[in-house]
Parts: sequence; structure tokens; C-alpha cells
Amino acid sequence: MAVVTTPAPRRPAGRRRAPASEPERGIVSDADRRRRSVRWPLRASHVALLVALVVVGLGPILWLAKAAVTPTQDTLRTPMALFPHGVDWANLSEAWSRFEIDHYFGNTMWLALGSWAVQLVVAVTGGYVLSVLRPAYGKVLTALVLGTLFVPAVVLLVPLYLTVLDVPFVHVSLINSFWAVWLPAGASAFNVLLVKRFFDNLPREIFEAARVDGAGPFRVGWSIVVPLSKPILGVVSVFAFIAAWKDFLWPLLVLRDVDKQPLSVRLPALESYVELDVFLAALAISTAIPIVIFLIFQRTFLRGAGLGGAVKG
Amino acid sequence: MMTSTTVRTSEAVLREESPQRGPGRARRRRTPVTWVRGGGLSTLVIALPLLLVFGLFSWFPIVRAVVMSFQFTNLVTPAEWVGLENFTYVLSDPLLTTAVRNTLWFALLALVLGYPVPLVAAVLMSEVRRMRGLYAALAYLPVVVPPVVAVLLWKTFYSASETGVFNTIAGWFGLGPFPWLQDQAWAMPSLVLEATWAAAGGTVIIYLAALTGVAPELYDAAEVDGAGVWRKVWHVTMPQLRGVLFVTFILQIIGTAQVFTEPYLFTGGGPANSTTTVLLMIYNYAFGGRGDYGAATALSLLLALVLAVLSAVYFKLTSRWSS
Repeated sequence: MAVVTTPAPRRPAGRRRAPASEPERGIVSDADRRRRSVRWPLRASHVALLVALVVVGLGPILWLAKAAVTPTQDTLRTPMALFPHGVDWANLSEAWSRFEIDHYFGNTMWLALGSWAVQLVVAVTGGYVLSVLRPAYGKVLTALVLGTLFVPAVVLLVPLYLTVLDVPFVHVSLINSFWAVWLPAGASAFNVLLVKRFFDNLPREIFEAARVDGAGPFRVGWSIVVPLSKPILGVVSVFAFIAAWKDFLWPLLVLRDVDKQPLSVRLPALESYVELDVFLAALAISTAIPIVIFLIFQRTFLRGAGLGGAVKG
Repeated sequence: MMTSTTVRTSEAVLREESPQRGPGRARRRRTPVTWVRGGGLSTLVIALPLLLVFGLFSWFPIVRAVVMSFQFTNLVTPAEWVGLENFTYVLSDPLLTTAVRNTLWFALLALVLGYPVPLVAAVLMSEVRRMRGLYAALAYLPVVVPPVVAVLLWKTFYSASETGVFNTIAGWFGLGPFPWLQDQAWAMPSLVLEATWAAAGGTVIIYLAALTGVAPELYDAAEVDGAGVWRKVWHVTMPQLRGVLFVTFILQIIGTAQVFTEPYLFTGGGPANSTTTVLLMIYNYAFGGRGDYGAATALSLLLALVLAVLSAVYFKLTSRWSS
């Protein structure tokens, strides 16, 4: 289940980036494509697929965008009609300011940033130690990190909550502190192994050469390993950001203070006392931001998602 | 990420010849001073973030879960050893049968709906030559929507009134109105439909990545043997995807066994406990006012045990076919 393997490309790397020159072939050969019995069903299937994807994938999001600027009564009476009684732009500003979406959005960003930073620090230092420095206890450590992959998240829920309630040795409670989300996020075996695996494939001569030149472990780490690890850090960053953005149950448990809660925890609470049109506007704003981020970093997202399968496989 | 065999061999050579590592160093007398001089202390300092974060927030809670399941803990009175009482209590809870049945029902529906659709979509998509990026982006879009937003949005869609979004659409075809979340029989399929919408895109991308990894020579060879499109799909593509398909199957089971956000936000387990899942039960034991942390961990350990046994049996069975 947890065998970390890098996808071994049979064809040259970066093939996705150059769709213009498409020497690659799939199931249907060029000869097949010339046959009419293949060509038309193939085209029809592509059109049908595109229509289905637009309706199913984009449809609900477009509806949300429409409903966000539609008065409540129209949404309730004729949900599929397009602005029968005009557009109500005020919903957006009302959701943003009166119901403090801006504030909770800030909390979400802050949570995502902190989780991202902690995950990067743990994954890079951990990967560096386990892959490059390799102390005597490295094998045991790798096994212990790997082992946590096999423990389903549900087992951790209650004991982790109690740990955050009273952190061992220091005996402070992290409840209502962002650290309660940031620190546990760092304990991601997936990230550590991904980075370790990446470092394993770097040529060791680089490290040896630096060591011969008199660089200590810190210097090698900072000047060589960190700059070299940029490609994998992009993938880890995307994973970290998405996970933090999606998290619901854990922040719900540890951030009881309304003032500290992220959007995901706050939205269900808003549902009960905010008017439907403003509520849908709030939902639309919360969706728009990750979608914009996705459209900007689309390539990293999709590569990361595909890699996720390769790593799990 | 990109590996090549030349790197691996040079690395192996280095490891053997390098004087700093390997048996050479181990034979020297080791004292704390040589340990520090050899970089042992710096290594430990660099390992510190990993050790602290994993120690406190992963390894310690895992051990604690096992200990706690044999204790009675509510944080008010001191923890007491109660032997297997938590387990017998949880196992005799009349709600457990319902929760297990609901979780299995959710997993089964999620498989029926969510397993074949991404596969078919990915295979079709892999044959698209122009704008494949657009197809992939459209498929992935729902995955980007935060789960809580997705659930709350679909809750609006599922409005049981005649003018609800889905009931309006059903009305175009002369169907409905349907009760959706209000009805015991309809509630669970409604949850699964939303969960599938939210997750399918991720699986599509995984399959797409696996499909681009299929060696083109295999298709060439199949054609030489006179295979048409369907036979190529069946005899080349499917066997090549077997490994990925096996893994996504068990990962989906493990994921659906721990479903929480959907039942919690859509229905809170209702109507009449028809959507109470095992994880919702665990949540209610611990955080639903009772504060019965022992029972909650006992149930989560039982769930983990079932999943572990299931995956072990699964991999044992599939290893014969997937080699």
C-alpha cells in the first residue's frame, strides 16, 4: 500500500508539457482513426464526454455563481431560471463584510500557510536526514515513519485531540491556538517519504564533493539540498495547501473560539442564521478562491494528483 | 523525481569506496566526542523537527490510542483500567449494527457509482488529442471545491420542495418530486452521489497518469496480431492498469469506511439513523457530549483492525493476479 515509487517514465520527461508534438500513441492507432467505423464513434464519445464534464463538473459551480447574485425568492421559486428579477450584487459584499467572510478567509489562509511551512520544514529536514545523512538509527526512523502510513486517520482522532489538549512534557493546551492545526499537519509520512525518495535519486557525488570542500551538514543542507529540492517542494506545497484548505473535522475540534475558525468550520454554522442568497454568496466566495488558485497552478495540481496515485501504488 | 540507472550505480560504487561511511567507521572506537566530531550531533539537530512532530503528534497518540482503549477516561475523573469493558460496551451498542450496515451500504454504493465512471472517463480522455488539458481540468474542478462548500451546496440542490434544484430538473423529465435527504431510503444514495461528484476527478487523474505510462509497443504488438480497438482496451489497457485499479479499489474502501463530513453535515446521521456511520458514532462517543474517550478509541481501533485485516487479505488475494 505504501510503497513509494517514483513514476518511471518510459517516454521522455515533460511529455505532457509539449502536446503540440504528439508522436505518442494511445489505444487507437492512426490507422484506426482513418477507419470510419472508429473515427465517428470516437469523435461522438469525445463530444459526449465534454458535454458530460461541463454539465457535471462545471454545472454546479456555475449554478452557485448565478445563485450568489440572485435574490433568495428567485432561487427558492425558480432555481433554474436566469435572473427573472434582476441581479443582486449586494449579496457578495454583504457576505464578505457583514458576515465577516474576509476574517474567516484570513484564518483559512493563515492555517494553510502555517501548515505548509511546518510540513515543508519537517519533510525537508526529515528527508535530508533519512536519505543523505543516514545516521545509524536512520533505518529504524524510516520504518517508524513508514509505519504511520498504515494507521488510518480515525485511530488518531481522539488521542491526538487529548494530546493537543495537554501536550506531553510541556503541559500546555493548544486548543484555540493555530499551532493545534499546524503541528499535527507536519506529521505527514507521505511528505517525508516523497522528499526522501526524491533525495535518494539525486547524485551523491554532489554531497560528497561539498563535504570534501569542508561543508558541514547544515551548510550542505542549506546550500545544496534545499535549492535542489525545488521540484518536489512544489508538489508537497500543493498537497499541503489543498489539505489545509479542505480540513474540516480537525479544526472543528480544536478551534472552538469562533474568532479563530476557518471558513470550512464557520460556513455550516452560518447556514442556520444567514439568509439563503447571502449564504450562497458566501459559498461562492469560498469556492472562487481555490478555483482561481487551481487555474493558475493547474499543471502542478494535476501532476501532483497523478503522482499521488503513483506514490500510493 | 526523474531517475536513471546510471545514478544508482554510481551511488552504489560511492558507498562501497567512500572511506567515511560503511564498516570502516564502525570499527573505530566510538565515544561521544567522536560522535559529535563525526557530525552525529548536527544530524540529530536536523532530525529534531521530524522527531518532535512525529513523536508528539503521531507515535505518541498511536500508542496512547491502544492504552486508552483499555481505560475509562472522561478527563474529569482519573483514568481507570477497565480491561476489555470498552470493547464489550461498544460491541453491544445496539446502534453499532446500524452504523456498520450504513457504512457498508455507503461503501458499496460508492463503489458501484464511483469505481467504473472515472475509469471509463479516463480511458476516453486518454484518446483525446486536442485540449486534453481542458478535459482534465473540468474533471478535476469538483475536487478543488472545498468539501464543506460542496456538501452545503448540494444540500441546497437536494431541497425536497417541488422547486428544489434537482426536483426542478427531474420535473423537466416528468419525474419527482423526490424526498432526497428527507427519506430513510433516499438519504444514503444522495450522500454517495455528492461524495462521488467530489472525489471522482482525483481518480480520473490517477488513471490518466497510469494510462500515459502504458508502453506504446504493447499496442503495436496487439495490432500486429490483428486486435481491434475493443480488444486492445480489454487485452492491453486493462491488464496494464491492473495494479493501479487494485490499489484505488482498496484505498476507496478504506476512505469510505471513514466517511464523516457528508453524514455529519448533510443529515447528522438521520433520518432515523439511516446515515449514521461508524465514524459518526466514534465522534458522538467522544465529542457528542458524553466524553467517553475510551469507547471512542476502542471503536476506532476495531475499525482500524477490520481495515487492516481486509487490506491484508485483499493484497494476498490480488498479488497472485497482479504480478
